[in-house]
Amino acid sequence: MTDGYSEKVMEHFASPRNVGEIKDADGIGKVGNPVCGDLMWIYIKVKDNRLEDVKFKTFGCGAAIATSSMITEMAKGKTIEEALKITRSDVAEALDGLPPIKMHCSNLAADGLHAAIKDYLEKSGKK
Amino acid sequence: MDHSATTAVDPAVVEAMLPYFSEKFGNPSSLYAIGRQARRAIEDSRQKIADLLGARKEEIIFTGSGTESDNLAIKGIAYKNRKKGDHIITSSIEHHAVLRTCKFLETQGFSVTYLPVNKEGTVNPADVEKAITPKTILISVMHANNEIGTIQPIEEIGKIAKEKNVPFHTDAVQTAGKLPLNVESLGVDLLSISAHKMYGPKGVGALYIRKGTFLEPQLHGGGHERNIRSSTENVPGIIGFARAAELARERLLQEQKIAGLRDSLIKGVLEIKDSYLNGHPTKRLPNNANFRFSFIEGESLLLNLDMKGVAASTGSACSSTSLEPSHVLLAIGLKPEEAHGSLRLTRGLGNTQEDVDQVVSVLPDIVNKLRMISPLAR
Ligand SMILES: Cc1ncc(COP(=O)(O)O)c(C=O)c1O
Ligand code: FES
Repeated sequence: MTDGYSEKVMEHFASPRNVGEIKDADGIGKVGNPVCGDLMWIYIKVKDNRLEDVKFKTFGCGAAIATSSMITEMAKGKTIEEALKITRSDVAEALDGLPPIKMHCSNLAADGLHAAIKDYLEKSGKK
Repeated sequence: MDHSATTAVDPAVVEAMLPYFSEKFGNPSSLYAIGRQARRAIEDSRQKIADLLGARKEEIIFTGSGTESDNLAIKGIAYKNRKKGDHIITSSIEHHAVLRTCKFLETQGFSVTYLPVNKEGTVNPADVEKAITPKTILISVMHANNEIGTIQPIEEIGKIAKEKNVPFHTDAVQTAGKLPLNVESLGVDLLSISAHKMYGPKGVGALYIRKGTFLEPQLHGGGHERNIRSSTENVPGIIGFARAAELARERLLQEQKIAGLRDSLIKGVLEIKDSYLNGHPTKRLPNNANFRFSFIEGESLLLNLDMKGVAASTGSACSSTSLEPSHVLLAIGLKPEEAHGSLRLTRGLGNTQEDVDQVVSVLPDIVNKLRMISPLAR
């Protein structure tokens, strides 16, 4: 059943980090998966141009949950500029790869983070 | 609890098969002793399969799988009757072995009506009657659905088919060995079964063909199986299939009793908030329970269950290779996001009340955990 998922994916899936909402979030990225209809919401809290906190909520498969968990870990503590540099493939790589059919799920995680940052930049008038 | 996917071969079945790999290796078409011995064993097996179905021995053709039986029945009738008509009636919840065969025939100039089902997954016999035209050459409606377990009103459809003189096929792959089967009372002309769903080996199936119903062969060759299905017979497979059929007949009463376990599972699981049963509440396979939980996705549900040692399946788009939700769940009117949260548990003979209790005890926490992660749940 878990064939095809790396140990890292399973580990993040079994105990996902940073689950939840940030009540007074500075930016929220809500993205949906056009392929299978899943949803990923990423919340960020920014202080001094750094992502002080990142949280997520996801409705989707094991890979979707693991990639959301992973991206929150990768983004936390980074500056806005650094976080914007995290690419779709970075997330998949950090999880030791994903089955080809699941690549669209990791795309969703990076897209969600970028959408949250964009939301923050727009709200704070920096763009 | 994923016994609708396949079952382990019964040790008694293995034992029956073994000699036919070694000392009894004969080709049933050979005239010398071991060949004749194999021939006799096949004909005995044919009788046992006929007994399971209330059919005559001459009406049973061995095939390579349930899929092949479905293909042979549908294409065989379609090509044989091309001059009479080109219209086929089936349901929208058939197994792909039927649906994709029908889709293929559409590319060959046949026209197909895919009947809808109600929210419990039942075909309305009146719809079958209405769909019949003078050009209709085949009706194919499955006996019970492999995903949601709903049992179809085959007897009623059989009566209509007989009245209108249209050949009637049913895919009984899921019911063989679980429900009493009788081709006369069902009123079918063709019926498909598969060994590996009833504790027999993989790669062997059978097609019942009523006397007087004629098919175009789909495998041409040495003329085996009354010239309908050429291929040197899979002797060990056929022997194993027949032994499995015998054992299944002995167990039928037990299967009925075991429906009690299914109901206890259903009752326990439905205690979970925002959970629903897919399929018919009572007219369903004795071993099938199919649920849906709002706000969560099936593959992640399966992974969590697997970590607790429970095997299951789902109709979620995320766990299908096509990334599309199950056609059966869509046909019963579910939205794709509802299909996402589906979970199928199919009990096997080895499963006990303790297995049911285990599922009922671990499932609520798993569902809650996933709902905590889900943006849809509040
Ligand atoms: C209803 C139904 N029909 C047909 C089949 C195909 O049978 P087989 O695996 O023997 O090809 C299956 C099993 O997958 C089934 O559940
Ligand atoms: S979220 Fe649907 S396949 Fe990953």
